[in-house]
Amino acid sequence: MRALAAERAPDTLPGFDLERVRADFPILARRVHGRPLVYLDNAATTQKPRAVLQAIARVYEESCSNVARGVHTLSQEATALYEGARATVARFLGAADPREVVFVRGTTEGINLMAAAWGRARVGAGDEVLVTGLEHHSNLVPWQMLCAEKGARLVVVPIDDCGDVVMEEFARLLSPRTRIAAVAHVSNALGTVNPVRRMSDLAHAVGATVVVDGAQGAPHLPVDVAALGCDAYAFSGHKTYGPSGSGALWARRELLEAMPPYQGGGGMITSVTFAKTEYLDPPHRFEAGTPAIEAAVGLAAAIDYLEGIGRERAAAWEQALLDDAVARLPEVPGLTLVGTPRRRASVVSFTLAGAHPHDVGTVLDRRGIAVRAGHHCAQPVMERFGVPATTRASFAFYNRPDEVDALIAGLHAAAELFAS
Amino acid sequence: MSTDLSDLYQEVILDHNRRPRNFGELPAANRTARGHNPLCGDKVTLFVQVEGDRVEDIAFQGSGCAISMAAASLMTDALKGMPVDEAQSLFEGFHRLVTSRPGEPVEVPAELGKLAVFAGVRDYPVRVKCATLPWHTFKAALAGGEARPVSTE
Repeated sequence: MRALAAERAPDTLPGFDLERVRADFPILARRVHGRPLVYLDNAATTQKPRAVLQAIARVYEESCSNVARGVHTLSQEATALYEGARATVARFLGAADPREVVFVRGTTEGINLMAAAWGRARVGAGDEVLVTGLEHHSNLVPWQMLCAEKGARLVVVPIDDCGDVVMEEFARLLSPRTRIAAVAHVSNALGTVNPVRRMSDLAHAVGATVVVDGAQGAPHLPVDVAALGCDAYAFSGHKTYGPSGSGALWARRELLEAMPPYQGGGGMITSVTFAKTEYLDPPHRFEAGTPAIEAAVGLAAAIDYLEGIGRERAAAWEQALLDDAVARLPEVPGLTLVGTPRRRASVVSFTLAGAHPHDVGTVLDRRGIAVRAGHHCAQPVMERFGVPATTRASFAFYNRPDEVDALIAGLHAAAELFAS
Repeated sequence: MSTDLSDLYQEVILDHNRRPRNFGELPAANRTARGHNPLCGDKVTLFVQVEGDRVEDIAFQGSGCAISMAAASLMTDALKGMPVDEAQSLFEGFHRLVTSRPGEPVEVPAELGKLAVFAGVRDYPVRVKCATLPWHTFKAALAGGEARPVSTE
């Protein structure tokens, strides 16, 4: 292995106290197979700071009640917490109005909501839905289902050998029949950051609605939906340092108001008779049933935490680690990067000659290093690069420079074990 | 390399992964079946030539992790020329070996022979399916093949 001195990322970033940040995440102190945990599977889920765990516990210990249903004190408190969380999410996304934020279980549910409520009303036979070749199955399958139901056509914009969307093709494949363009903010398989603003402008020019899968965007990049120019943006709380089962769909008010309900039930009506039901205005129209109250509150706590340590600084630190890993990984014998996009966030995917990703994953696991091995729910991306699977390391701001060293040392060991 | 990993990746397994035996199509096959683990992408196609009550010849094609490739390679070596009923009981012996509880003493039946190198797999629960995929696929081939690929997910 080469000397660690010159090329390594700086150990610190001014104004960012890494060890203090790490101390906020209880799980980072644990050991796996006798080694310190090196958690590099942040694109699958991120770890949660103590502030999130405490916020969840506090809901149950102090204010456990249903929301928007009671006149008693606890119900009012729970409602205030829940609606306060909505305002926090709106601020986090740069949204103009908290009423544009619908709480959902995660990105998948947010996209399914758009496909079912907006898509069913707007997409007809012969229409087109445009996606990119980078999409996670969650931003592909719901649109496929919609197209199959409506007799519409799913149009896929190709990606190039670097893993960037071919923008000339993006522009060319848009047509007056394009009703919806659904794009990832950041690719979960390759780390590619899409030029969402340009995509939005191009899609709007043909009158299409732009839906963004923000699962990997919200946790790793500053998000401003106004600047992105999109019409809808969905993200997952559990990938954004919050609890699983939390997440949000933001959509422009005109869209939400034009959308019929997605699920029926309590909490989404103004009046019900056997003959007719009147629905609440958005966002509550789309939140039938008792919501995951503590999940929404936990997500807001995660956002507060992120803003407390500084989103820009955290992102800058994470980027320094990622750039360091991307620069040094090719020194491992037989390692090939899968995807070398112009701009990348959090994620680096690779293959190791002679070693299947699952074997690499097992070797790393025994060293306490958690990575993802597989197709990353993006089988078309794997097919594009002619590989059945990759090993993926994905970073968060709480990772340390010596964790990049540990990853590279583990990969050297794997390369040696499986060398022919 | 830490010692516990070498329990899983025994030299025999690494060798069969690098140079799989009985790899390729078998023109004389009268039974075939496909196996697939959607979660990890392991894929195997088995070609079996059964004559009377004997596995006359057997071969496989596929791609996957070292455990699944070595399992298919060593399995085909073991089954070649074996009476079908013995092959069935070998399946059961192998299955017991890799699914017995981690940490508990395990008796390795002599008839498993070289297949005993898979004893370490039981300590890696997520990898058990890799080792058993070719065996389940073999069972499906004997049963006449399945329209859908066998899955050990």
